[in-house]
Amino acid sequence: MNREDFDMLKQDIIYFDNSATTFKPKSVLNAINDYYTSYTANAHRGDYKISLKVDSLYEGVRDKVKDFINAKSSKEIVFTSGTTDSLNRTVFGFAKHNLKPGDEVIITKTEHASNVLPWLELADEIGIKIKYAPLDKNLKLQASDLLKEITPKTKIVSIAHITNTIGDIRNLKEIGGRLKDKNIYFVVDAAQSAGHRKIDVQDMNIDFLAFSGHKMCGPTGIGVLYGKEELLEKTKPINYGGGMNNFFEGDGSREYRSIPTLFEAGTQNIEGVIGLGTAVDYLNRVGFDKIEEHEKELRSYLIEELSKIENIEILNKESEAGNVLFNIKDVFPQDTAIYLDNYNICVRAGNHCAKLLKDELGIKNTCRISLYLYNTKEEIDKLIQVLKNSKNIFDVVI
Amino acid sequence: MDKELKREIIIDNYQNPYNKKTIEDSSYIKINTNNESCIDDLDIYFKVENGVFADAGFNGEACAISTSATSIMLKSLINKKVDEVKELLNNYINMINEQEYDKDLLKELNVYDEIYLQPNRKNCALLPAKAVEKLLKELEHDS
Repeated sequence: MNREDFDMLKQDIIYFDNSATTFKPKSVLNAINDYYTSYTANAHRGDYKISLKVDSLYEGVRDKVKDFINAKSSKEIVFTSGTTDSLNRTVFGFAKHNLKPGDEVIITKTEHASNVLPWLELADEIGIKIKYAPLDKNLKLQASDLLKEITPKTKIVSIAHITNTIGDIRNLKEIGGRLKDKNIYFVVDAAQSAGHRKIDVQDMNIDFLAFSGHKMCGPTGIGVLYGKEELLEKTKPINYGGGMNNFFEGDGSREYRSIPTLFEAGTQNIEGVIGLGTAVDYLNRVGFDKIEEHEKELRSYLIEELSKIENIEILNKESEAGNVLFNIKDVFPQDTAIYLDNYNICVRAGNHCAKLLKDELGIKNTCRISLYLYNTKEEIDKLIQVLKNSKNIFDVVI
Repeated sequence: MDKELKREIIIDNYQNPYNKKTIEDSSYIKINTNNESCIDDLDIYFKVENGVFADAGFNGEACAISTSATSIMLKSLINKKVDEVKELLNNYINMINEQEYDKDLLKELNVYDEIYLQPNRKNCALLPAKAVEKLLKELEHDS
């Protein structure tokens, strides 16, 4: 649906790598172009009209993002460079200063590298313990299994809303509600969900939420860290410099600004913020109910059709989100991806940055199809036809 | 070499690779090819005795080009002196990068002489070459 909004789709290309990044609608590109052609200026600095316009649009996006995830206040919205940045700020800005040796953080083996490595680093640095909640036989995380892992030492649970491999959708509302009762902080990596499913940080009792603009129709280099106001007050900045201080003196005395500006040192990614705001408007216009319905329909069609091909193995048949992991039997996934590329079909081959998954899946690498609002059944038909003819794969890739 | 023959040799070396097994013998040097840019992950084992490549083998997961190139490369190294291996390697790397090279020296490795037509596969063909380069550096360092 809405294919006419995306110039990239004018090309003869079938794009099934939406978990990596999505295409951008014209409205987003026009908004960025408009900033550079009609009101280029820095934010928070000028006393002239175009600079004030930048200020007001910049802060306007903060309000939009607040509504987008139903935060209580715009003060809870920090602009970052993306999910990785947001998670690192949560770990090294908040957890580092609020956890003590022996405290436990629970994650899972299907987390992306950016929700594993910062925690492992912090464990080395301050002596916290990282625990992995068990996954069920379909490699999905069940809320009850996660909750069983909680001990009196558990201080944080940090999980993806939707995983970028298996594509299971975690029951955030149930988990968040239970964690609130136990005073455990709930950190959510929403990189794969922010552009696909409605998120309500209050209803789901999320303490920190991280997501990227470019996986939800926005530009690259911009992301969001949401933190509950009282927790952002306990978070230290990672970057210090212009824009985040009130004053500093030769004797070393200094005073920093309040949240969220405290966390946005240096000239911000203004085009990114403006593009993100337009992406939020776009997704709101299309509607999450429609996006969800479309993705579900495409996914079940894709699974149904792939299942009919004899030499295809599907590794996450029982998942809900729009990503499907598969391999052609006895073919290395990279060869499959190169074969499909020959027909202008873009899929990702690899471990998808979830390197712990190999312990659970038993295989290291897969091909991943990840769907989005502009994909169609006709595109899936083309993929199926090409996969059906894959007996000649080595004639094509060699 | 015509295209069909090249393809046959590549597929044969992919499906029946030379000495593909894990070698747990301390007289072999193990080089791993795992890297960020690509998902190929091969362990290559070399046995160098008195300056001669006495034996080699490999194991792991990799694409058709990387696997076949490793198979052919290892075969080509056996019984060669370190200096001969260096010469072979330089010529091979030159061929992949469209530079001048000695066709006669490369023999079966010539099957990759047109891999530059698929730029995204050049690194696959270079995978075993990088492992041998790493090994040569280690040997130099040790001596």
